[in-house]
Amino acid sequence: MTASRRLLRRLRAPAAIGCAALALASVAAPAPAPAPLADVSHAQAERGALLMPGTDRAPLLDEGRRLFTDTCSSCHGGDARGIAGRAPSLRGVGELAADFYLRTNRMPLDDPEDQPERHPSSVLSTQQKRAVVAYVGSFGGPPIPDVRPQRGSLPRGQRLFTERCAGCHQVVARGGQVPRAKVPDLEQSAPIDIAEAVDIGPYVMPRFRGLSDHEVDSLARYVAYAKDPEDRGGWGIGHIGPIPEGMVTWLLAAFALLLTIRIIGERTTR
Amino acid sequence: MNDRPKRLRDLLLARTVLRLLRRLPETHPAGEPGVPPPNIEREIPGSARAERVALAALGLATLAAVAFVVLYVSFPDTQLLGLALGSALLSLAVALVVLGKKVVPQETTVEEREQFGDRERQEEVRAIVRRGGDGVSRRGMLKAAAGAAGMTLGAAALVPAASLGPRVGDRLRQSPWRRGRRVVDADGAPLTVADIEIGGFRTGFPEGATRDELGSPVIIVRLEEAEIELPAEQRAGIPSGIIAFSKICPHAGCAVSMYRHPLHEPTAAKPALVCPCHYSTFDVRRGGELIFGPAGRDLPRLPLTVSDAGELVADGGYAGTYGPSWSGVRQERRPS
Repeated sequence: MTASRRLLRRLRAPAAIGCAALALASVAAPAPAPAPLADVSHAQAERGALLMPGTDRAPLLDEGRRLFTDTCSSCHGGDARGIAGRAPSLRGVGELAADFYLRTNRMPLDDPEDQPERHPSSVLSTQQKRAVVAYVGSFGGPPIPDVRPQRGSLPRGQRLFTERCAGCHQVVARGGQVPRAKVPDLEQSAPIDIAEAVDIGPYVMPRFRGLSDHEVDSLARYVAYAKDPEDRGGWGIGHIGPIPEGMVTWLLAAFALLLTIRIIGERTTR
Repeated sequence: MNDRPKRLRDLLLARTVLRLLRRLPETHPAGEPGVPPPNIEREIPGSARAERVALAALGLATLAAVAFVVLYVSFPDTQLLGLALGSALLSLAVALVVLGKKVVPQETTVEEREQFGDRERQEEVRAIVRRGGDGVSRRGMLKAAAGAAGMTLGAAALVPAASLGPRVGDRLRQSPWRRGRRVVDADGAPLTVADIEIGGFRTGFPEGATRDELGSPVIIVRLEEAEIELPAEQRAGIPSGIIAFSKICPHAGCAVSMYRHPLHEPTAAKPALVCPCHYSTFDVRRGGELIFGPAGRDLPRLPLTVSDAGELVADGGYAGTYGPSWSGVRQERRPS
């Protein structure tokens, strides 16, 4: 057997292990596939506010009251003043909160003890949600905010996010856990969701009503940026933190070590 | 009568010793001593070229280790230090591999399991060890080079001990907070009562002091006055329900950066500050009492007062030990 063939035979096992490691690493962290264009525009239309400032609310109120009684009153009460121990009053929360909870399908909730979470679908159609938002807004309260990320400053947004939000949502905005509550991933959050959430403080999130419009715009801009950040270090590995990154490094190093061991060691037949 | 237990003990002892003596010869190996072990394949490479390579690698290791020491003293750039120590270790490894594979005799043998402690066998082992050097010419040179590499590497490992600083003494117990020092935000602007909203939180620092100290950062929340569950004598330093805590977790020193504040308390968890590292959870209404997690102490409070201009001002140092539990300091739990 020639020396080169012997070397090839010697390298076969570690090469196989290395390929397996790389395959595992790529399965663990698949590259994010770009969304089809049609989906993006559709999703953006869905993510806009349910009601525009100039829309005439009056024709919506009757259907809104009927839907509220059907869908919401079992917890929030027929007069929207809440039921003690079940759900809070909706008088004064305004279109802002109604838009946030209904548009992201956090409401209606199956069980009032559950944490309201974003859902892909709702029992209400978009037209029905608009009616309920108009009805809840008719009790008074803040309007749906006007957020424009392009007016904000990315560095300011990153700074604010790091100080106020990253403790729970992670600096990459991927969410996590606090005792007795889940912290949502902001991957699907539209700028308007950010503006509404900092005002409401949904579930156990603190509220940040003291933020100026420019600060809210900046935060929304940073969250939009964090969905698809510039990976200056190279491969982003799904942005799920240092553990998978270390894992990949470890697998590559293990491959190099195996190769070294294979080269300097030798096998005896006896 | 008194002799009987003694005699019994002597008998037992004699029996044990006899048994041991009788058993000893049986533990000798069955094979005849003095016969060299079979099945040894021996090959003496004695390659001068390999020796030169090993010498060069050891020399390189020495140079790199010396460079580490010199760099550490004169120009402590971490990249260069890493490069120097790394190449020293790498060269040493190359030298060892070359010596092991190309210079010393190669033997393949099947080891018989034998008993230790036989003088003749020990002599044989010594002879085997002596024969291990067969065919190596510049033996003294190799030994000297290996010794130099080993000693300089040892020096390179010891030198960083010089960086262990002076004793910290009481410095870890002294926070920069003093009575009358203003609380500022991350941009250096003073925090006012209006900046702290119910259900929100802010991070504060002592004005004009370093922010890198463990005692510097505080996390400030605001509660309804009626919510606070503290006895009257502990309510000082909480103006308008504004309550400040050390932001450093008393467990491992992470930043306590999570604030859980329920929008509708009957269906969610009660307000608490949570450390993201190990989920130590502190009840803000009870003045930072530990309610969950591995911390050994409550989160210490910083007493506040309000200046005429509405700015938040420290009213003294922390009420309790701050910082991680480096010295196992546990604090008496308040009677609840």
